[in-house]
Amino acid sequence: MIKRLRSKYTYSLILLRQLVITEFKLRYRGSFLGYVWTLLRPLALFAVLYVVFFYFLRFGAGIPHFPVYLLLGIVLWSYFIEVTTNGLSAIVGHGDLMRKLYFPRYVIVIAGSFSALINLAINLIVVSIFMAISGVSLSWHILWVIPLIIELFVFALSIAFLLSALYVKFRDINYIWEVVLQAGFYATPIIYPLSIVLTISPLAAKIMLLNPLAQIIQDMRAAVVSADTATITSVFGNSYMHVVPIIIIVLFAIISMLYFKKKSPGFAEDI
Amino acid sequence: MTNQIAISVKSVSKDFYLPHEKVDSLKSVFVNPFKLHRGGEVQHALKDISFDVKKGEFFGIVGRNGSGKSTLLKIIANIYRPSEGSIGVEGKLVPFIELGVGFNPELTGRENTFLNGALMGFSQKQVQEKYDAIVKFAELRKFMDQKLRNYSSGMQVRLAFSVATILAESDILLIDEVLAVGDAEFQRKCYNYFKGLKRNGKTVVFVSHDMDAISQYCDRAILIDESTIKNIGTPENIAMEYKKLFIPQEVHVDKASKQALKQQRWGYGGVDILNLDVSRSTYDDDDQYIEISYRVKSVGYKGSVIPGVTIKDDLGRSVCGTNSKILKTPVSLLTLKKVGDTIASKWLVPNIFNDGRYSVEPAVLDDSGKEALVWWNDAIHFDIKNEYSVPVHLISPKIELEVERK
Repeated sequence: MIKRLRSKYTYSLILLRQLVITEFKLRYRGSFLGYVWTLLRPLALFAVLYVVFFYFLRFGAGIPHFPVYLLLGIVLWSYFIEVTTNGLSAIVGHGDLMRKLYFPRYVIVIAGSFSALINLAINLIVVSIFMAISGVSLSWHILWVIPLIIELFVFALSIAFLLSALYVKFRDINYIWEVVLQAGFYATPIIYPLSIVLTISPLAAKIMLLNPLAQIIQDMRAAVVSADTATITSVFGNSYMHVVPIIIIVLFAIISMLYFKKKSPGFAEDI
Repeated sequence: MTNQIAISVKSVSKDFYLPHEKVDSLKSVFVNPFKLHRGGEVQHALKDISFDVKKGEFFGIVGRNGSGKSTLLKIIANIYRPSEGSIGVEGKLVPFIELGVGFNPELTGRENTFLNGALMGFSQKQVQEKYDAIVKFAELRKFMDQKLRNYSSGMQVRLAFSVATILAESDILLIDEVLAVGDAEFQRKCYNYFKGLKRNGKTVVFVSHDMDAISQYCDRAILIDESTIKNIGTPENIAMEYKKLFIPQEVHVDKASKQALKQQRWGYGGVDILNLDVSRSTYDDDDQYIEISYRVKSVGYKGSVIPGVTIKDDLGRSVCGTNSKILKTPVSLLTLKKVGDTIASKWLVPNIFNDGRYSVEPAVLDDSGKEALVWWNDAIHFDIKNEYSVPVHLISPKIELEVERK
């Protein structure tokens, strides 16, 4: 049974591995600072936002370790952007390959999400350095990071699959997705603490937390930075509401898998 | 060769939908949600194709451009899905629709080797085992750690071909005609590779326009024309039928085409070609000579002329030809003294031709032999139907065989 499964997916695994390696090698080839850019990009964004929102707008007042809190949010959001935009162009961008060779099409989408995962890992190391500098005290709650990252991985990948298949037929998707991402950046508590929303409108905060990304980012902050972060559990008063974002993710996963599976045999002709 | 089936193609059809206005934006869906398929046409690339390829067979697919060969190959390779019918494949199949698919100019030769290998389904370890052999075959040892963009196109092709050749120990290979490009040395390597494949009992499906290669390597072949199978059989028969596709059917000559015929004459003028004729429209083994005759009449030119003929095959290649200067005909016989003077010429060409249609091009040069007074392209045709014709070769003189039992 395992052997049969293995032989069925050997091709995919071989290809996945090689594509991830290639993408990683290619990413910063020819650029002077190379892999340092993986760190510099979110750090630059972090520096700008930190100055604007922490020093001038005083958003982080009352939040312990606000720099780490902010950086963690940015890092997770960057990962989401990277996976979905990579995914969007994965199929169309490899059209030449599709027309000349058969290989399991989904590998190319997954490969894009794995390279983003490598970047996320590098960025999380930076976050932990900031944590050490900032003097964040660690607890067993940090283990929550693992299931939360899995949740984020699945959510981002599902959307990537859906976008990649849609983009083959509808070339407007990339503009739409750009707008959605911009809106999402402000609709998710990344640059501002959720506690601000909570004081203005508890209902708005509740609705915001049903967004899987907001739930993941807040839970992650609670697990890593400070236990008194407003999470879905603390805002609703119980942890059962976790079911809603998870259902959203599962729905996305099922719809995108089915759609991708249905469309993938025709990719070579439709591109 | 066993009787096991490697590839079975069962009544496969393929339609392409070609929209006149491509519907690829959401706007057009919203504006016209129920008319997504407005203004398009369906193109039938393949109609009801069925055949089997046996294990260890070298199978050729031939057909004119646009007949559906490449579509068929892509369906067998699982790149396109058939609109109807099904494909069964036994064993690992590696398609070479194009060499070096997925090569990235920013990667080194070495990295590209592994990437290309992975695309064909070979693991890092499997490629590593054969890496030295690949490099050796490609003769690129010094360049493997350079970026591909610094390679010449010849080097890229060599690397791609080596990866494909050394790695592909799969059961079935699909080879599109693109493999047959490159310089003479590279072609020789290709053909040696084919011979090796045949010895090792691989199943190969081979698409080509090169009838010599088809006849030489294939065990069987199919001819596809106008999206359907015209014939399946021995490569020699298929090669012959393929060539016949290029012999046009008899057409009624109307005024317009007579006008067109005139335009096929060019040159400085001053003489005219009259009474052009061939002794028969079809020649067979009984005819020793093809007899061509025409008259040269002066319509203004005075002086000696050099008449000649060229015979071309249906692909437009010159098969043979000559003129009076080459044949050392006395100039005194070829002088036009005044307007209206006429010289009759008769040419006897030995019947050494292969089956097919040939065109005759009469031409008259001036006394220096440098300027064409009149040249008549594609002036008249004759067909050859020889019993002993061997279409693989350029010509088919009747070769006599003497056998003696001792």
